[in-house]
Amino acid sequence: MSTDVHAAAADAPHAHHDAAEPHGSLKGYVIGFALSVVLTAIPFWLVMGGVFASPTATAIVVLGFAIVQIVVHMVFFLHMNARSEGGWTMLALIFTIIIVVIALTGSLWVMYHLNVNMMPGHDMSQMP
Amino acid sequence: MTDPSTAAAATSFLFGRLSWQSLPFHEPILVATFAVVATGGIALVGAITWFRLWGYLWREWFTSVDHKKIGIMYMVLGIVMLLRGFADAIMMRLQQAMAFGGSEGYLPAHHYDQIFTAHGVIMIFFVAMPLVTGIMNFVVPLQIGARDVSFPFLNNFSFWMTVGGAVLVMMSLFVGEFAKTGWLAYPPLSGITYSPDVGVDYYIWGLQIAGVGTTLSGINLLCTIVKMRAPGMTMMRLPVFTWTSLCTNVLIVAAFPVLTAVLAMLALDRYVGTNFFTNDFGGNPMMYVNLIWIWGHPEVYILILPAFGIFSEVTSTFSGKRLFGYTSMVYATVVITVLSYLVWLHHFFTMGSGASVNSFFGITTMIISIPTGAKMFNWLFTMYRGRIRFELPMMWTLAFMLTFVIGGMTGVLLAVPPADFVLHNSLFLVAHFHNVIIGGVLFGLFAGISFWFPKAFGFKLDPFWGKLSFWFWVTGFYAAFMPLYVLGLMGVTRRLRVFDDPSLQIWFVIAGFGAFLIALGILSFLIQIGVSIMRREQLRDTTGDPWDARTLEWATSSPPPAYNFAFTPVVHDNDAWWDMKERGYRRPLAGFKPIHMPKNTPTGVILAALSVALGFGLVWYIWWLAALSFVAILAVAIAHTFDYHQSFDIPADEVARTEEARTRLIAEGARA
Amino acid sequence: MTSVATATTAGEAPVFHLEDEHAHAEGGSTMLGFWVYLMSDCLIFAMLFAAYGVLGGNFAAGPAPKDLFDLPLVALNTAMLLFSSITYGFAMLAMARGQVRPTQLWLAVTALFGLAFLSIELYEFHHMIAEGATPQRSAFLSAFFTLVGTHGLHVTFGLIWLVTLMVQLGRYGLIAANRRRLMCLSLFWHFLDVIWIGVFTVVYLLGMLR
Repeated sequence: MSTDVHAAAADAPHAHHDAAEPHGSLKGYVIGFALSVVLTAIPFWLVMGGVFASPTATAIVVLGFAIVQIVVHMVFFLHMNARSEGGWTMLALIFTIIIVVIALTGSLWVMYHLNVNMMPGHDMSQMP
Repeated sequence: MTDPSTAAAATSFLFGRLSWQSLPFHEPILVATFAVVATGGIALVGAITWFRLWGYLWREWFTSVDHKKIGIMYMVLGIVMLLRGFADAIMMRLQQAMAFGGSEGYLPAHHYDQIFTAHGVIMIFFVAMPLVTGIMNFVVPLQIGARDVSFPFLNNFSFWMTVGGAVLVMMSLFVGEFAKTGWLAYPPLSGITYSPDVGVDYYIWGLQIAGVGTTLSGINLLCTIVKMRAPGMTMMRLPVFTWTSLCTNVLIVAAFPVLTAVLAMLALDRYVGTNFFTNDFGGNPMMYVNLIWIWGHPEVYILILPAFGIFSEVTSTFSGKRLFGYTSMVYATVVITVLSYLVWLHHFFTMGSGASVNSFFGITTMIISIPTGAKMFNWLFTMYRGRIRFELPMMWTLAFMLTFVIGGMTGVLLAVPPADFVLHNSLFLVAHFHNVIIGGVLFGLFAGISFWFPKAFGFKLDPFWGKLSFWFWVTGFYAAFMPLYVLGLMGVTRRLRVFDDPSLQIWFVIAGFGAFLIALGILSFLIQIGVSIMRREQLRDTTGDPWDARTLEWATSSPPPAYNFAFTPVVHDNDAWWDMKERGYRRPLAGFKPIHMPKNTPTGVILAALSVALGFGLVWYIWWLAALSFVAILAVAIAHTFDYHQSFDIPADEVARTEEARTRLIAEGARA
Repeated sequence: MTSVATATTAGEAPVFHLEDEHAHAEGGSTMLGFWVYLMSDCLIFAMLFAAYGVLGGNFAAGPAPKDLFDLPLVALNTAMLLFSSITYGFAMLAMARGQVRPTQLWLAVTALFGLAFLSIELYEFHHMIAEGATPQRSAFLSAFFTLVGTHGLHVTFGLIWLVTLMVQLGRYGLIAANRRRLMCLSLFWHFLDVIWIGVFTVVYLLGMLR
């Protein structure tokens, strides 16, 4: 029993050390780069070329591309996965995303309602 | 839009807008305060010089990266600042008790406004935060069986940045002035148009500098808990205090950047003339209120969660029982952590976002009281059929349970938007948050201080003066704040300097008397420390476990050696130390090995001092000083990264000597 | 965390301490710590995005995105940052092979792309300010300059750090501490990429659609 403890404890840090060094591969970087070029080019084309008639549709598609590209960068450049650091980096990321979503949507929601309620009939873009 | 260049034109190159007029010679109260502080300061410096302590302090404390010493230094900072913050409080109480029937009181408006701002800022940022961080710093690595934190240098740096912020805020007392805006500095009042003076700038840079320290210390402790736990200590075997510390540090890391960003935008409005929070050119002051409360609400949980952890440790120790509902306690803490980001709007229901927004945030606020209530029941059930010892920490815990429930109830009351429309910004609100912050955080800190003091210094605190302090604090609290509930219900708003209605005076007089009782409580606390130091031989803890406690920090000696544990402990149970005692664990007496420890460094002190210079330069528009200190900060930081040898080994024979000394001490204690 | 069998069978004395240890290797928390720092930095950007989202339509009867933004220039800028990302990736691959010179070389290339990015951004800012679209002109412009400028400031600090690391690599080689630092900077650099995706999408592309 006691030898098990020692062996496990002594081995763990070394095994850990190697696992904590993700540097990716040439293939990974090239795929990530190619994907991100495509995912950047299409939104620019959509907006500059006026491909869709409706700005709302364009906006939604462009945002969708941004989210996909962020995921691509996370996977191929930042080497995110559920295993690194015992899953703690992923947990931190998920928590941060939750907080960011809460803060962003919350602020927009709150401030939109404020403008609707307190400044009815004003065009905020032209308010001096 | 204000053009800052015109303001800058009136300043000199060398001293910016700093001049002899900036020093408050015309204010007798401030001159007297300055005289007292200066005399005290000179006496202190003289004494340190006389006893030749500078070298010792520099080597053993200021440059130390030992988490225990840094924790103690945080506590000292918090207690010193408590004196300042409390001085502000009692001045306010006196003013409000006096200013009736045509009397203007004794404080002029611009001074009174600075005092209530400084009181709030200091109590939250430089009393509660350092005390909480200090206790976490001291206890967490010991509780998880670690030798130090993950980033020991960063820990030292964080501490000195917090001190730097405090220094800047204290400086405003005698050089220039502090903000007159209330503790959150809402624009447009805090904008350059309505606050053209240095007060708000002191506020911004004081908080930004301290904020860097707080954020980094949050990252540090978070990593420590995640990465440095002793073998066998799974997440569900963490002591509850460590769990609440983990959640607190998650909150710090996720909340303080918000404050940094918001204050940066306010600073840009003031310095560059941008229009984030101005009234014209499309700016929106309510956006500041919205953003700062996204930080502000988690902040109150940052303060209270560690207190909850302290109460959990104290309750189970002094009831002689395992904590009731460990798992539910952990989940309640995690739920509070996430929910604390969903309630921020309840601080400004009256802004006018409408019924749907207000209902949502009202409901989330009420929901957050559920996990808090669950904790309360856990503590009660832990005590149920326990063999309770009414030592000082346990007394604070009981006082907390009574007081916090009252504060929580009034909080739920304020969470109802229609009720809040009546009570917003009234003294009812002031009473509520003092009820939870004093009754929760401060009582928790006092419980924690009296609980872990013997661990930190090797002797217990004197119980007599402690109990005196306890009773003064508790009765003083009720006398000081219950009248404010009454006044708030009668419609008295906060931050008023003079009153017309003479029927209100009696309540303010009672509140003032309460503040006087609290003053006695603080005095008794200080006497308690002094008396304990003098009686330290009688109060000595030879065992390292004076309370018959349950978690790992009690497994080592009091005070713990620099390396905390001669051998890294292996954990088999939630109450690791209790388990070790139950199963007849014997301390190893031989076979010591060299221990790898981080080296002390002066870089933290230097960087923080340069940051203070940077802040001072920015406050007073002394641009050359700001630029110079900024470049110096970069240079020192980069130079520091060229030092690759930041650790050393404590030799095995030194470990053996330290452990032998402990063996002798235990034997002496057993004989006595 | 080390995984230790802690179940105790009856009759056997449990182990309560490690006789022998190398636990917690130096710098073992660094990557996690740096990641957590990045998360906190992410929240700073989130607040600036929130400010832009709320105030970005308040032009105060002044210039709007359509009057100011030059999308081909933004596309060029984005390309610079993307190129710098893959060259940093090549530096990391060189590091993994243990080659100091190629690592330094790729870092230098990365720095050049970073500089190009900053120069283009400064040119854009200068151009806008010359047209009267100053940060003081409207809340929209305040939020725009602050958000994009904060990103640029991060790139600047990234460059300072990059140069420092090149020097340290030259002096001390690919020792463990330097490898750790290179990996932290890698995270930082790619993180700024991710932020930039948000910036060009929300500020520039969606701005042109407003």
